Amino acid sequence: MAFKNEGDAKAYWKENVSLMFKLLIVWFVVSFGCGILLVDVLNQIQIGGYKLGFWFAQQGAIYTFVVLIFVYTKKMGDLDSKYGVDED
Amino acid sequence: MELQTLTYIVVGATFALYIGIAIWARAGSTKEFYVAGAGIHPVANGMATAADWMSAASFIGMAGLIAFLGYGGSVFLMGWTGGFVLLAMLLAPYLRKYGKFTVPEFIGDRFYSRTARIVAVLCLIIASVTYVIGQMKGIGVAFSRFLEVEYNTGLLVGMVIVFFYAVLGGMKGITYTQIAQYCVLIFAYTIPAVFISLNLTGNPIPQLGLGSTMVGTETFLLDRLDQVVMDLGFAQYTTSARLSTLNMFVYTMSLMIGTAGLPHVIVRFFTVPTVKAARSSAGWALVFIAILYTTAPAVAAMARLNLMETIQPSESAENLAYAERPVWFKNWEKTGLLKFEDKNGDGRIQYTADASTNEMVKVDRDIMVLANPEIAQLPNWVIALVAAGGLAAALSTAAGLLLAISSSISHDLLKGVLMPNISDKQELRASRVAMAFAIAGAGYLGFNPPDFAAGTVALAFGLAASSIFPALMMGIFNKRINKEGAIAGMLAGISVTLLYVFQHKGIMFIADTSFLGGMSENWFLGIEPNAFGAIGALFNFSVAFTVSSFTPEPPREIQELVEHIRVPMGVNAAQDH
Repeated sequence: MAFKNEGDAKAYWKENVSLMFKLLIVWFVVSFGCGILLVDVLNQIQIGGYKLGFWFAQQGAIYTFVVLIFVYTKKMGDLDSKYGVDED
Repeated sequence: MELQTLTYIVVGATFALYIGIAIWARAGSTKEFYVAGAGIHPVANGMATAADWMSAASFIGMAGLIAFLGYGGSVFLMGWTGGFVLLAMLLAPYLRKYGKFTVPEFIGDRFYSRTARIVAVLCLIIASVTYVIGQMKGIGVAFSRFLEVEYNTGLLVGMVIVFFYAVLGGMKGITYTQIAQYCVLIFAYTIPAVFISLNLTGNPIPQLGLGSTMVGTETFLLDRLDQVVMDLGFAQYTTSARLSTLNMFVYTMSLMIGTAGLPHVIVRFFTVPTVKAARSSAGWALVFIAILYTTAPAVAAMARLNLMETIQPSESAENLAYAERPVWFKNWEKTGLLKFEDKNGDGRIQYTADASTNEMVKVDRDIMVLANPEIAQLPNWVIALVAAGGLAAALSTAAGLLLAISSSISHDLLKGVLMPNISDKQELRASRVAMAFAIAGAGYLGFNPPDFAAGTVALAFGLAASSIFPALMMGIFNKRINKEGAIAGMLAGISVTLLYVFQHKGIMFIADTSFLGGMSENWFLGIEPNAFGAIGALFNFSVAFTVSSFTPEPPREIQELVEHIRVPMGVNAAQDH
């Protein structure tokens, strides 16, 4: 293991898991939240020709998913270098 | 030029390209055969993953499904994309760090048990074989419809092409062909969509066109569509849910975790050089998939509107006279996928939601994407391109699935369990033989599709969701899960899912054997059988946790293995072994 000490290894994993949870909350909110559970409420709002709930279910959730993965990649890269465990 | 000739030229050119790539990208070692030497650039792998992932069902079926389900069709859009978020954060980087060749291999090592590995092989083969049957059928159908050759001849040609590049090049050949296939299929999908969006809304970007006003009016396209379908007695397009909110929730969840648990997709992340590359590669895969998946709802709504407006033009109150129907209508009537019956004998077409007066007795969903360019009167080369795109989608997914099946046989069963002492050369030969057998087996099932073929793709997701995904996730995120827990969990998850599907749809889908009947009143909480994978996964998790807590914890070196895969540093290119 490349960590300086046991504490660093624990802290790295903890930060990783907490980042993951934050992003998964967004993942859940845009799809299951806005696209399914709250769809009727959001459909009261109109953006252009789209009802907002319908837009989330057929467009918005997908765009958010793409952004989430790249945010995760970026933040994990930062975390790896912070703890000196990146590959290069 | 005539459409038939053009189609032959376009499809022939793409096939020549695939074969050229096969000869260029031969595999020289097991590492190249199983994971393309672990040297694929993340963007290239993302593109290959997208082609691997998007099957004939995504290309041909999905937009048609959404066209008729409206908002309810969103489960497929969110379910089949959201799974990549789970894959990127929960599985791909860790499995890449572990750095071996197959999914069952990881399960066998992490749960220090040959039995676990064999159970995983079993789950993998059941899920992948059910999936590959649908692709073989897609190849045969696409050939017979566009090139007007026999279904069996078409299937045979498809098998020969896959045989060529999959047996010769393994994962390496498959990867480079999938990149070419992605380019073909995405052009074939988006070009007609751009033209149609331009025609209807004046906006060339379909994703924006769907939210725009109709050309020359102040009415939004979606409002118009809602109006038109409701006038004829159908459910409102933008709000009609699929069965219930709970069912939509569970269905979407099943598709998401099924996506993350399908071995032919997971194994694509073994082909990139680093952990970092595995993370970003999942993002690129989703970018390439999202291009098609955000276009699909626009294609769906516009095709539905075009169809309705052609049959029942809203400006004049007069319905379309049958004698004046357009050419595409006649063409699709010939295939039997579109059928008209003049019930009231007035020579005009009535299309309504009421079965007793509806005269469009058959409108097959699958024709929506295929007929779209004809309905919009696009040039012949676009129609020829759509044929090549449909074939690319089916071929690329079939090849990926066949590789997952054959490597689990040659690497997990043969090298891992039966003959551990064979050399790399011998294993490479064995993997080629296994691939040849897998293609022959899939071809046989394509020639003689079993009765249950129709329901198989959805079942594959349920099976992957309930067996493989939970085992992998617990293996990475919980050190306490031991072999007893994992094996019991996988078996419990897959059995519960199979049992629920069989009890409502019949054992092996033979209708008379369903012991609780297919009626929706008997569905547990109103959840349809195809959506049950998420419940199966819940069973898997709870059984695994319970059994693990009553049995001894995993040995020290296994806990160290888990520590090891959680950190990117020290990744080896997939080891030769």
